[in-house]
Amino acid sequence: MARTLIHVPTTARKGEVMEIRTLIAHPMETGYRAGSDGRTLPRDIIRRFTCRYNNEVVFSADLYPAISANPYLAFNVVANASGTLSFSWEGDNGFSQTESAALTVA
Amino acid sequence: MTLAQASTLSRRQLMAAGVGVGLGVTWRPAHALSDELAGALRGFTGGAPTKEGRVLLDIAPLVENGNTVPINLTVQSPMTAADHVQAIAVFNEKNPQREVVSCKLSPASGKAVVATRIRLATTQQLIAVAKMSDGSYWTHTVDVIVTLAACIE
Repeated sequence: MARTLIHVPTTARKGEVMEIRTLIAHPMETGYRAGSDGRTLPRDIIRRFTCRYNNEVVFSADLYPAISANPYLAFNVVANASGTLSFSWEGDNGFSQTESAALTVA
Repeated sequence: MTLAQASTLSRRQLMAAGVGVGLGVTWRPAHALSDELAGALRGFTGGAPTKEGRVLLDIAPLVENGNTVPINLTVQSPMTAADHVQAIAVFNEKNPQREVVSCKLSPASGKAVVATRIRLATTQQLIAVAKMSDGSYWTHTVDVIVTLAACIE
């Protein structure tokens, strides 16, 4: 399991625009770099990030080798109902991780 | 005779080509898209016309470390069901691969602002494209100087 850092408010007013910031520890090996033996290192990146709000996709991003190691993404979501926000990352070599956060909307 | 003729001709052609290249460089406007960027843009828009504006690709003009460069994408849009941003993509000119990131947004986003960190292999041009719900495409082109390149090649 890779370490993740997720900034999301625990409570929000209805209709409020929340800023969500996510970061996951991942090398994002580009597949263009040579290793110490001179051979090209195989690509190992996170290809897709998805944010679901009560099982509905509200934001998704396709990532490419030009994204830095430990991919950081910040985006916005409107708070409309209490529930859970889930964040999933999928990538090469079967990488898949999902984290979730509870949100209370007053 | 024929050999001499051939060599003269090729030299003339070479000179003409050189002049052509020189003029091409001087005539190139400040924000003309390179073939690589134009191709990547066509791949995203499917050949639809694009307009400059509404999108802002915020990046430091002088990058000291190409391994991690913060970028901020902002699109002017009310983000309502009738008028919102559907997708934002960023393309580069000189990394090994043209694509940088491609995000899908919806009215549930509330605000069309996305931030991330990217790699830049060298001094180059970047373009951000936003696809609106009415089918229009808006772009913003930025020139970036990179002093320490990302180790991606």
